[in-house]
Amino acid sequence: MKSTSAFLLLALLVSGCSGAQSVLNAEGHAAIELRTLILGTILVCAAVWLVVTMALVSALVRRSDRDGGAVSERKAAAAVSGAVGATVLVITGLTIASFYTTRALSEAPTPELTIDVTAQQWWWQFNYVDQNSARAFVVANELHIPVGKAVRLRLKSSDVIHSFWVPSLAGKQDLIPGRENSLTLQAERPGIYRGQCAEFCGLQHSHMALFVIAEAQADYERWAERQRGAGAEPTEPEMVAGKALFMARQCAACHTIRGTRAAGATGPDLTHIGSRRTIAAGLLENTRGSLAAWIADPQTLKPGNNMPLVPLTSDELRQLAAYMENLQ
Amino acid sequence: MDDGLDDAELERHLLQRWETPHGVWNALATVDHKIIARRYLVTAFVFLILGGLLAVAMRIQLAQPEARILDPDRYNQIFTMHGSTMMFLFAVPVMEAMAIYLVPLMVGTRNIAFPRLNAYSYWIILVGGLLLWISFALDAAPDVGWFAYVPLSGPEYGSGKRADIWAQMITFTELSALAVAVEIVVTVFKQRAPGMSLDRIPLLVWSMLVMAFIVIMAMPAIMFASSTLILDRLVETQFYNPAAGGDVLLWQHVFWFFGHPEVYIIFLPAAGMASTIVATFSRRTIFGYLPLVMAFIATGVLAFGLWVHHMFVVGLPRLGEGFFTASSMAIAVPAGIQIFCWLATLWLGRPVFATPLLFVIGFIVTFVIGGLTGVMVASVPFDTQVHDTYFVVAHFHYVLVGGAVFPLLGAIYYWFPKMTGRMMSERLGRWAFGLIFLGFNLTFFPMHILGLLGMPRRVYTYQPELPWAGLNLFISLSALLLVSGFVVFFIDVLRAWRSGEPAGPNPWKAGTLEWATSSPPPAYNFRRIPVVDACNPLWVHPDELAVTTGLRVDRRELIASSVVEALPQARESSPRDSIWPFWAAIATSIMLIGSIFTPWAVVWGSIPIAVTLIGWFWPKGTAEDTS
Repeated sequence: MKSTSAFLLLALLVSGCSGAQSVLNAEGHAAIELRTLILGTILVCAAVWLVVTMALVSALVRRSDRDGGAVSERKAAAAVSGAVGATVLVITGLTIASFYTTRALSEAPTPELTIDVTAQQWWWQFNYVDQNSARAFVVANELHIPVGKAVRLRLKSSDVIHSFWVPSLAGKQDLIPGRENSLTLQAERPGIYRGQCAEFCGLQHSHMALFVIAEAQADYERWAERQRGAGAEPTEPEMVAGKALFMARQCAACHTIRGTRAAGATGPDLTHIGSRRTIAAGLLENTRGSLAAWIADPQTLKPGNNMPLVPLTSDELRQLAAYMENLQ
Repeated sequence: MDDGLDDAELERHLLQRWETPHGVWNALATVDHKIIARRYLVTAFVFLILGGLLAVAMRIQLAQPEARILDPDRYNQIFTMHGSTMMFLFAVPVMEAMAIYLVPLMVGTRNIAFPRLNAYSYWIILVGGLLLWISFALDAAPDVGWFAYVPLSGPEYGSGKRADIWAQMITFTELSALAVAVEIVVTVFKQRAPGMSLDRIPLLVWSMLVMAFIVIMAMPAIMFASSTLILDRLVETQFYNPAAGGDVLLWQHVFWFFGHPEVYIIFLPAAGMASTIVATFSRRTIFGYLPLVMAFIATGVLAFGLWVHHMFVVGLPRLGEGFFTASSMAIAVPAGIQIFCWLATLWLGRPVFATPLLFVIGFIVTFVIGGLTGVMVASVPFDTQVHDTYFVVAHFHYVLVGGAVFPLLGAIYYWFPKMTGRMMSERLGRWAFGLIFLGFNLTFFPMHILGLLGMPRRVYTYQPELPWAGLNLFISLSALLLVSGFVVFFIDVLRAWRSGEPAGPNPWKAGTLEWATSSPPPAYNFRRIPVVDACNPLWVHPDELAVTTGLRVDRRELIASSVVEALPQARESSPRDSIWPFWAAIATSIMLIGSIFTPWAVVWGSIPIAVTLIGWFWPKGTAEDTS
């Protein structure tokens, strides 16, 4: 059991340098507050465990003074009452620390940006709402936010319960059908932060990841401006053929590519799929090869997901992947 | 009357009245609490093995990233089966089994109250377990988690009959648990040996009594939950459909209103076992009897005020969060009182390091970790980072395995001689303890770290670029150590059962009444009902206990006594063996399983139940029926 504290120390060291999805690798306003509370509480509890274990060991190895007389009974009674008193103190202290953290978290600055998050089996939709509805746009599985700014997420689910969790930025919050929750994110440093659904939501709960990309305001604006635009027009014959295929086959029934007649709402918006780092909710790195692999056989890569297997020749696959990749 | 008879004559008469004759028919009809408890115990441990094998399967799958040994569908069935089996078919029944065996012996009576109901409850839980496991064998087991959150388990997303099977399995287990709880309460309140006033009740019996009250108050909540779930699925009621005015969070409230007390249903009996073992092997009475009893009761009361800490990330109002944080933290106080009283007992006594005590020492060391991580997740902000991660998996395994299975294994080593008349091996016992203790900690401690490193629960796989592969492999290998410890334990049980050394009535020189009779106890438990004037009567009167006389020997009779002072009030008849509980259980099972498929099963299925109940209660003209 001595190994427990050593383990903890090791974990802290390891996570300090790696950990794209780690509570200890805190880079957001809330996550930093939480890390302080978590490490403080763990230290206090480790000390309590050590004291109890030492008391146990000394009770077991003690050899003298075991006459069990009235004196030692009284001593034991005093020790037990003292220990219970100390328990109450520690518990009260931890409760107060917990309340203060909650208060610090609720004092977050007023949000400058609101994003509607809709979770569904098994991917994330982010709707960048805007008072001018022409400026609103929708992306999937990749959330860009300006660094240092508070961003309010309105959390909704369109099927079962999910949970939005990007540990480096903030604690998790459930997305519940029939309800709306909210969560404020504020990244203190630019970076790419991985998150993942934390509430069991069915077959592909394991593969429901997202990335939050926190970037400087100017970079964020540039990205948002590009996302507002329509999907890129194909430039090469291969891509042109890919676009034609997309519109002719089942693809357009489920996916939207703004600027084309593809306006399906079941699957992720693909208007700028080529600009995303990953596909299939964080499952694969976004390359032409993985796009082709995904389109060819989504059910082997992510069994049970809602994308059907569409029979295509290898030429058609190549054309579709090229078109997707071009949608920057 | 037994006054005039000598011992041999009396034993002959009692055996004739109480013994279960040989034969399958008689075995099905028996109402002997010891025989039924033995069945419960064996069944529960078989489910422990099955549930453990499922855990091994999950560890094999998770040992490497992107492993394809189990597909997600199988994996989801397996983790659902693991949780449901361990909670509903092992942990609760095994604690009930210990109560059924030990409580009548420890309070000095001849059989449990409502013995036919007891027989019925066993058949019911057996069928519930078979239902779940046969569905698993047919690849149609529930895949929605042991908590079965709607709407994933509801009519829209829960396909096939899987969630229905889960819901009815719950109905079977809650039915049997409620029956046993009522038997325990009545046995403890009304059948204690003369003189066993409230302050002389053994601590294990106190803990079982509090457990029984928690069962009585918690099980109706899950009964409501599982019934409304199956109604939503079967006859399109809309309890949990937000589109029709239902509410998905309602499910979580009723489930955890049961689900959190469930933890104490499992833990409190273990605390009673630990108290017993600590006292016996410290060679002194327990330190702080009254504070311990108060702590048991306080735990039982508080258990109902902290269910919301399972729901800290669903979006609660701040005031509610604060209340449930404080109440969840507060339960650490009665837990602390228990730990400190055991430590004081060890400190004041002369500890003998027999295997049962080793398990209790291991229990204290690990349970304190589980309790402290419990304090951590009681804090709302802390919980938002670790909820539904491996940190929580580590936490509750420390509480349930560290806090309940360790004392239970100690209790098996402790009471095995009483149940079988044979001793288990001290040498194998030490090996089993060492391997289980080490294997457990190496398996579950690193899960805390995995949780902090961001690994969510209930994932069937993870990607190689995530920094979890090393720890997962380490955990899977450590699990083998844990399994080997259990293998040694089961080998020891089988070996001792067949050829263990004879134990004699009181091998540990313990002080409570179950050791006042032979090992294994005769069908009638005690030749004459003892009279009690101390907490540990056998320590005060090592040679001979005072006994009562005046019970009839021509029929099954025991003493009914008053609730507080245990003053003898009446001679009460105890029911004879009957086959009707068996038939009633079969009829109930047909109705419950049928209702998975059609609501009409409830209508037509109630007819055979009515028939069997009429048979059960039909006056047969014997003394036991009429008095």
